[in-house]
Amino acid sequence: MEKLAFFSNQLERAFLTLDKEEAEKILSKALRSGSPVEIAGELVSLTLNRIGAAWEEGRVALSQVYMSGMICEELIEKILPPQSPDRKSQPKMAIAVFEDYHMLGKRIIFSTLRSSGYDLLDLGGGLHTDQLIEIVHKEKIKILLLSVLMLPSALHVKELKQKLKGTGVKIVVGGAPFRFDENLWKEVGADAFGKDPAQAIQIVSQMMEELK
Amino acid sequence: MNSKTMTPMQRVLTTLSHNEPDRVPLFLLLTMHGAKELGMSIKEYFSKSEHVVEGQIRLQEKYNNDCYYSFFYAPIEIEAFGGEVIFSEDGPPNSGQPFILDIEKISKLEPPEINESKMLFRVLETTSKLKEKAGSDIPIIGVVVSPFSLPVMQMGFGKYLEIMHFRKDLFDRLMQVNETFCVNWANAQLEAGATAICYFDPVSSSTIITREQYLETGFKIARRTISRIKGPTATHFASGNCLPIADLLPQTGTAVAGISSKEELAQLKQAFRNKLTVLGNLNGIEMRRWTTEQTRSIVREAIETAAPGGGFILSDNHGEIPFQVPDEVLKNISETVLEYGRYPIKSHHGV
Repeated sequence: MEKLAFFSNQLERAFLTLDKEEAEKILSKALRSGSPVEIAGELVSLTLNRIGAAWEEGRVALSQVYMSGMICEELIEKILPPQSPDRKSQPKMAIAVFEDYHMLGKRIIFSTLRSSGYDLLDLGGGLHTDQLIEIVHKEKIKILLLSVLMLPSALHVKELKQKLKGTGVKIVVGGAPFRFDENLWKEVGADAFGKDPAQAIQIVSQMMEELK
Repeated sequence: MNSKTMTPMQRVLTTLSHNEPDRVPLFLLLTMHGAKELGMSIKEYFSKSEHVVEGQIRLQEKYNNDCYYSFFYAPIEIEAFGGEVIFSEDGPPNSGQPFILDIEKISKLEPPEINESKMLFRVLETTSKLKEKAGSDIPIIGVVVSPFSLPVMQMGFGKYLEIMHFRKDLFDRLMQVNETFCVNWANAQLEAGATAICYFDPVSSSTIITREQYLETGFKIARRTISRIKGPTATHFASGNCLPIADLLPQTGTAVAGISSKEELAQLKQAFRNKLTVLGNLNGIEMRRWTTEQTRSIVREAIETAAPGGGFILSDNHGEIPFQVPDEVLKNISETVLEYGRYPIKSHHGV
């Protein structure tokens, strides 16, 4: 545990200063004391969690959260490739930007979840209700993460949720309108709202347990 | 204190000089509500300058608004660069897929000519017509997206952050293009009759970048750009935080800071006292479902916190009120300003 905290402190510093080489060195050192899936699941998600929480408290900026996620994802892909049998086996999950093309939030959550050992499909942006429903059915998605920038898109989640009624698909939302009105996710019938990457991991891991 | 009723222009100028006007100026930054007034779709509304002029005149009268807002929508600048804009039935037009797909193409990017864009011309036409109506009584607020924030729509946020950190050559080139465009676009609006320019710079907010990054990037760009804009500017962070850079903002040459509802109004007022006018900070997203009592209490609280001494304009925190905010709420905001916004105003915060 102490070792984990030690590596996490070092890794956090490397991520926030965008020192990719240093981050790779720390991860290699940590790898000697555990399997890739443990490193991904514990060390990396702990570190990204802390960076996400620091953003929530105003101690780091969104650009640092994003760049940390990017560096981390790149390193994790090396030690835990997408097809690795070490990746977590899980119900199918996907992420999309609902109705527009502002991809930053989606990319951060995607990187964080992948770096934590989860597999998820990146459906891209500019997707509307009917397109999403088609993909959800075709790909047998069980958890759908939606990133939203504009208020109208946030309100349209209600229609999507209604059209997916009875399918058991869980919808997790995130993005500016939900952050500025913390009751909005309930109003539109989402199953959960993730304020930051840390919450996204928490929500997803809990849902995965429930869906097992 | 001033007991004589002022024109909106007198009211705004008085507060900008950190004195108390007759009452708190109100900037309801309404864009799409004009379409509602005229009973047409958002797309149709923005297709003719006459519509926007009529919309703005009606909204100003209806809510005792202290400005005309000649802003159409943010991606209008992307249209000028040849990018795509997607209209929506119930929200602001949005930028489509970024038009800079290959970052290497930035080296050949040129700023578009203002007079070659049909859409920008429509905004200038609107501004001139509003000026005829406003004379020197009502300020007209024009809008530019800052050179530092425009790339989010030009190339997507992720790619932009990557060139900001790892490709300084391309970043500098893009800023050069965007600065030229921004200055030309702002000055064209001022020439057409705009009183001031709202400089939207959300990427500079402390929500997005650190203070250190801001000092290296957004701050220098704002200083260079604002110094070339031939009129007063207001810097708006479109719901982003700015308290960590509050001491730096006056050095950019701006006169006003558009602030977020996520930060303490009293703290911001204190930080900007006698330096910048505070513009804000009503939560536009929550506003959609405010009751009359809530509206009155929130508006009154903001006034009593930030209005004493002048240097305060009541507004929303994003620079655009969502289409879904009902007229009733807007009416309640306006009435509360008339009731509680008359100077002298007693502060209950002792600031």
